[in-house]
Amino acid sequence: MNQLASVPRRSFTTPPAPVSPFPYHPGSLLSVLDLTVEGVSRLLARATALENENPLERDRILAKRRIALLFYESSTRTRTSFELASKALGADTALVSSLSSSIEKGESLKDTGLTLRALGAEAIILRHNYSGAPWLLEEATRRPVINAGDGMHEHPTQALLDLRTILQHLRPAVTEVGPETLAGVTVTIVGDILHSRVARSNMLLLPRLGARVLLCGPEKLLPELAARSGPGIEIERDFDAAMRQSQVVMMLRIQAERLAGMQLDLEEYKAGYQLTGQRLAAHAPKAVVLHPGPIIRGLELTAGVADGPQSAILQQVTNGVAIRMAVMERALTAENGGRA
Amino acid sequence: MTALAICGGRLIDPTAGIDEPKDILINDGRVAEITAAGKLKRTNGTEMLDATGLVVAPGLIDMHVHLREPGQGYKETIATGTAAAAAGGYTSVAAMPNTTPVNDSPEITRWMQQPERGASVRVFPIAAATRGSKGDAITDYASLKSAGAVAVSDDGRPILKDSTMHEALAAAARVGLTLIQHAEDTRLTQGASMNLGPVSFKLGLRGMPAEAESSLVERDIRMVAEMRDAHPHLHVAHISTAAALAAVRQARRNGLRVTCEVAPHHFLLTEEHVGLYNTHAKMNPPLRSAADRDALIEGILDGVVDAIATDHAPHAQHEKEIEFDRAPCGIIGLETALGLSLRWLHQEWKLPLGRVLSLLSAQPAALLGLKGRGTLAVGSFADVVVFDVKQKWTYRAAESRSKAKNTPFDGWPMLGKVCWTISEGRIAYAAAPKS
Repeated sequence: MNQLASVPRRSFTTPPAPVSPFPYHPGSLLSVLDLTVEGVSRLLARATALENENPLERDRILAKRRIALLFYESSTRTRTSFELASKALGADTALVSSLSSSIEKGESLKDTGLTLRALGAEAIILRHNYSGAPWLLEEATRRPVINAGDGMHEHPTQALLDLRTILQHLRPAVTEVGPETLAGVTVTIVGDILHSRVARSNMLLLPRLGARVLLCGPEKLLPELAARSGPGIEIERDFDAAMRQSQVVMMLRIQAERLAGMQLDLEEYKAGYQLTGQRLAAHAPKAVVLHPGPIIRGLELTAGVADGPQSAILQQVTNGVAIRMAVMERALTAENGGRA
Repeated sequence: MTALAICGGRLIDPTAGIDEPKDILINDGRVAEITAAGKLKRTNGTEMLDATGLVVAPGLIDMHVHLREPGQGYKETIATGTAAAAAGGYTSVAAMPNTTPVNDSPEITRWMQQPERGASVRVFPIAAATRGSKGDAITDYASLKSAGAVAVSDDGRPILKDSTMHEALAAAARVGLTLIQHAEDTRLTQGASMNLGPVSFKLGLRGMPAEAESSLVERDIRMVAEMRDAHPHLHVAHISTAAALAAVRQARRNGLRVTCEVAPHHFLLTEEHVGLYNTHAKMNPPLRSAADRDALIEGILDGVVDAIATDHAPHAQHEKEIEFDRAPCGIIGLETALGLSLRWLHQEWKLPLGRVLSLLSAQPAALLGLKGRGTLAVGSFADVVVFDVKQKWTYRAAESRSKAKNTPFDGWPMLGKVCWTISEGRIAYAAAPKS
């Protein structure tokens, strides 16, 4: 607009945004940004150590500690692996899910959190349909809160288990990670980036270890401003071109439950972004294929790719238990000058 | 009513072009006499306020507040909201109609002004522009005006339909009322809870694009231009984007009667202040980008912005202590507007004191057609604020006179402490004496 250009543009000194008080508890894991690179390295090392530890010894680490799983959304992998991980360390777990609790009667997140705390929960694992809910819960309870996925925002333990899977394939000899560990590695994240908490956590985590993240998808599901989320993030809308540059291809599900009236032509989408055996062979025959699940066979990827030799999808699931053991150990030992 | 004298203060009355030491005598709720400082004759029974070293100015006028009555007294009442207004230096507030029920009738308009409401300062209702603020049938502007409404608006619920907006502008022009539009094309903001931009993407929140505001402002201005002969007055509430402000600027150059207000939070804060889902930074229109904020400051300094208005929007604590997406929009603002305006507009960005005060009183009085207010000329209402322009203080939300405490400015440094607020000759607020 002409009149905009004719106005002299100045910039003014204004009050800075306040410094975040979060996380209140050193054991909390609300965002991947809560972790330093050293912290990530420690968690990865502890995941391996805990995985290899004698189950009877491991059982004592959090013996009889109380962990609540508070789930406002359905989940298979995340919920089960958090539960198995907590139990593997000897903790008692209690599951509260929104559809079979007083949440249905209108109890607020704050009150639910305070109730769990009064019941003796020492840490709360929260899956919530609204972005930011874990911050609210942590502020209310001041207990370690583990973000197991909040709305469209973050899913930090997923990014950690994705990282572990990537390292197992591309850096099998590495035992400690640092800012250069993934230098030269390009990870393409494909599909419904807009609604994906997995994409956000990965794009904020992987570049800090040296990886380049390429985001790929149609404009509707991948707005241009996504590339401004942090350093090391670029957009490549041509899936084939992105694959040719990638050592890792991470496929995402279209989140029908979050489309909010958005019209999407699925046939057109599949033509542009479905990962098929042919595409993989032509453009990225050596790339590792990841998917956070649940997968929709025949939509974002074909059954052949999901079950094929390049797929590490089930390995990701397995890694979830190891990573979550390390995260829960950190949650409940951090206050005593714990390991992370 | 006893007479009241305010002596020795620096009288700043931008409309009258006065900025010098004066004594003021108030009688029967009106300004009776203004003399050079020290020249006022003392008479028995006259209460005297010593304003030496203080600024004496027309009481502030907030043309955009939510007092929540009728119907939402748990958030705020007319009594508590106006008590907060008085503490903030305000002597008049214009109350938006999004009450329960919506103020779309002369009965509610009158009810809000009854003495039983316990108002500390004058309340001027803004009535709904359409029945139930549903955006369809317009209300009866003539009878609302005679009941005391000073403007019409469906604040919070923009008038989207072209035909309704046209009809509302024409009807408002016929009776000489201002039509205030909350400019938001809600078709572009479904499910959104903050400004659309890199911050909303990163936080995983759906965003409201700047175009949702600017496109509606542009549509409204086109309509005002088409109806030029009827002289409608369109006032854009809480303008928040550079693009919408540019449209207002252009409309004014074209000689149209289009005005706008800016809220302190929009000229001070940006989307970055949402931080990690701070619901006290959730409002509508949302906190925008730094470029938008800069354009608003520029607009205030160069005069295209007509008024500072708070959009005082009280909510109960439990309503804000929920998930960001579910929390209601808005913050309180009556006790912080003067302190923030003086600290930033005046001290930091060098807007002359008279201009700051004009944006806070004379100009909103003119926009709403409040006769005898926004000035202290002899004969006008004795609506006065007396404040120490040099005193720094820290705002504590817990000490607010409002029922609500939802503000992002808790603990912020302020400049300019209100000593007395006088509403129609009566002391509505007096600061605790310095210990």
